[in-house]
Amino acid sequence: MKNVTCKLRGLEKSFGQNHVLKGIDLDLRSGEVTALMGANGAGKSTLVKVLCGYHFADAGNIELGGEPFSPTDAADAISKGVVTVHQSIDDGVIPDLDVATNLTLDRLTEPGVGLFVNDRKLRRQARDVAESMGLTMDVRMRVADLDVADRQMIAIARAMARAPKLLILDEPTSSLSSSEAERLFALIDRLRAEGVAILYISHRMSDIRRVADRIISMRDGAISGLFETEPLDYVGAVNAMLGHQMTEVDIDPVEGGEPVLRIEGLKLFDDSREIDFEAREGEVVAFTGLLGSGKTRLAEIIYGLSEPVAGRLLLDDKDYHPRGAGDAVSKGVFMSPKDRSVNAVVPDFDIANNMTVPFLNAFSGLSFLNDKAQRRSTDDMIDKIGVVCQANSDGIDTLSGGNQQKVMIGRWLLKASRVLLLDEPFQGVDIGARRDIGRYIRQTANGRTTLVFVAEIDEALEIADRIVVLNEAAIAGEHKNKNVDLNSLVAEVSGPGERLALAG
Amino acid sequence: MNKNALDYAIKYGFLLLLGGLALFFSLYASGFASPRSAVFILQSVAITGILALGVTCTLVVGGFDLSIGSVATSALMLSAYTMVILEQSAFVAVAVCLLMGALVGLVNGLLIVKMRVPDLLATLGMMFLLIGLQRIPTQGNSIATGMSLEDGSVAEGTFSAAFLWLGRHRFDLFLDRLVPVPVVVFLLIALLIWLFLGYTRHGRLMYAIGSNERAAGLVGTNVHRYKIVAYMISGMLASVGGILLAARLGRGDIASGNNLLLDSVAAALIGFAVLGAARPNAFGTAAGALFVGILLQGLTMMNAPYYMQDFVKGAVLVAALVFTFYLSSRRGGRRTA
Repeated sequence: MKNVTCKLRGLEKSFGQNHVLKGIDLDLRSGEVTALMGANGAGKSTLVKVLCGYHFADAGNIELGGEPFSPTDAADAISKGVVTVHQSIDDGVIPDLDVATNLTLDRLTEPGVGLFVNDRKLRRQARDVAESMGLTMDVRMRVADLDVADRQMIAIARAMARAPKLLILDEPTSSLSSSEAERLFALIDRLRAEGVAILYISHRMSDIRRVADRIISMRDGAISGLFETEPLDYVGAVNAMLGHQMTEVDIDPVEGGEPVLRIEGLKLFDDSREIDFEAREGEVVAFTGLLGSGKTRLAEIIYGLSEPVAGRLLLDDKDYHPRGAGDAVSKGVFMSPKDRSVNAVVPDFDIANNMTVPFLNAFSGLSFLNDKAQRRSTDDMIDKIGVVCQANSDGIDTLSGGNQQKVMIGRWLLKASRVLLLDEPFQGVDIGARRDIGRYIRQTANGRTTLVFVAEIDEALEIADRIVVLNEAAIAGEHKNKNVDLNSLVAEVSGPGERLALAG
Repeated sequence: MNKNALDYAIKYGFLLLLGGLALFFSLYASGFASPRSAVFILQSVAITGILALGVTCTLVVGGFDLSIGSVATSALMLSAYTMVILEQSAFVAVAVCLLMGALVGLVNGLLIVKMRVPDLLATLGMMFLLIGLQRIPTQGNSIATGMSLEDGSVAEGTFSAAFLWLGRHRFDLFLDRLVPVPVVVFLLIALLIWLFLGYTRHGRLMYAIGSNERAAGLVGTNVHRYKIVAYMISGMLASVGGILLAARLGRGDIASGNNLLLDSVAAALIGFAVLGAARPNAFGTAAGALFVGILLQGLTMMNAPYYMQDFVKGAVLVAALVFTFYLSSRRGGRRTA
């Protein structure tokens, strides 16, 4: 048995009413890569933030190398040996400075450092760090001129310069190509051999298969599965992460009528396989898959926000090549994007204006807005989709997350569409609001085709007639939503996928 | 302070202050409460007010236009150049100036949305460029009829009567020759911008862009086009201001219009505080311009020295900003960027 580097016992954390961590017990051992999986809101990032000193735990204790560990802030956590490389790479480096300064920056903040910077000494130190990590670039290069993988490596190298006991990597490959990722894995192998305990957070099964020695699944603020016997049970890990309680929603799947949207030979990324798909009138199709499986990319292509690498789209048997969101909307293709607060909510507007903002044209004559018509339509939709609010003139930020989301979905149901895209419509939504939204989407599904993009299998089962599994930007399976064989569904979600040869 | 009182203070505080100020000066500064004095105040704020309404449009889409002052002085010089040196009519001069304003706005907009230059920097650059450019055709001299040109001849053109009418004519209203043209233009433009921003779908979408640009784009708004249009409106209104200034002065004075930028930006920012809007709005901008005008007129009539003016304006601006950002955030309602 290897030494336990970091020991967590009974860790709890709440934000107001929201109980995010419900007693986490976890051992992280030196020379071992522990993969941490969990859906959005499972509590992964809160756990990481407690470890790296951004949050205090409400209860429980942490031991690091046998000593009690309760960091007062991020700098304290780093100095005690817990170093985190965050998802967004540019958080970890300063792009305008050169490699040498980046690698030695932390030393400039240490107490007792003199006023003047000795560049030559700094560069020598940096070169030592770079060499020990197997990095070959010139330390005088500006970090901004390096590619993404190199920047990522430097962020990690910076972390390693502190000789950490525990290294936390938060979705480190999310912006790397496959060959760049391979370089990162080689580095991780090296660090493991040096005896660092590594906590690796990712959704990519191919990454986890490549680096993980053990897998921990989190769900609803608790650890729902621990897998450490060879061979690792990847299907079990995904199952534990997504979980599945019997859904109370009973769906009678419809076949759908004429095809509305056809996708032919579509390639989402340079190194992904082609997708062929047909969405029919009146049916609700759920695309499911882990983060990074290409769901959002597919939705963006259909809505005209990104260009496919290859292939074409047909809308009602006519070539469909949207030039942007405005063009898509005018052709009857609507999308409710994920991450509502960033992509959908207009914080300065009240409910009525948030609801009607896509269709102000229809609510105005000679460009002058008809306030009454806006409010009438809003009230109508508030009733239908069940928004809990005082009045349509309330500020949008007075609503709870679930009710805000109802407004965001409701705005696209004001007018008839041919294709309705819903990207993560249940994100940050309570179970009641989720049922309301799902029910209303199904009620109104006639006359259009509805594509829903969700990571959670439960959500797909609650809303869809047909479930399509995406894995590594390719279709891994398709199921009619009646007595679905969950085991094979989960197996498709978690399968090795086929990241085509290291083309990146 | 209880919540209702705070709400009330935020909503009506500024207008009450405006009314109180007017009342105070009426009582203590003799001659303040007269139609002539009221018109004088309006006249003193008309040109900065017009510029401020343009800035308001760029503030609404989350931008900023620092080039308005220099666009106005460029229009001043350009109109003089067109009439005095090129000997063109008033109509041509006005048309050329408006076109120039629209073009500058277009370039600003393109720099910002296509070249991704931050708005403050793009318009700062444009400001510099125009301040220099307007001096080149006349080797840095002011333009007036009879000035000698580079080739030794004398400028024959004149400011036409029609052009001077724009700056100097006064309409009869109860009293003879009471309301000057610039005041009428200012009030008309204020009305138009107020309707445009507050009651048309274009205005609503511009507010949506200012509040959450991504969300506005994802519901199909052509964000780039609206931003460019905002800068073009700003450029054209600045040109209108410059034309009116030229018409009032009757010559292409190189040194005038120095204070235009700061005064108009201040008016637009003071406007945030009016009616507790906490965001740019046409009514607030007009009220903000008026507030500064009343304060300065009143102080002048009470024999405050002229060199106190900028200090007073700055103090009002700082107070209004505190009013907007601190009190509104305490109310916990809408946030502004």
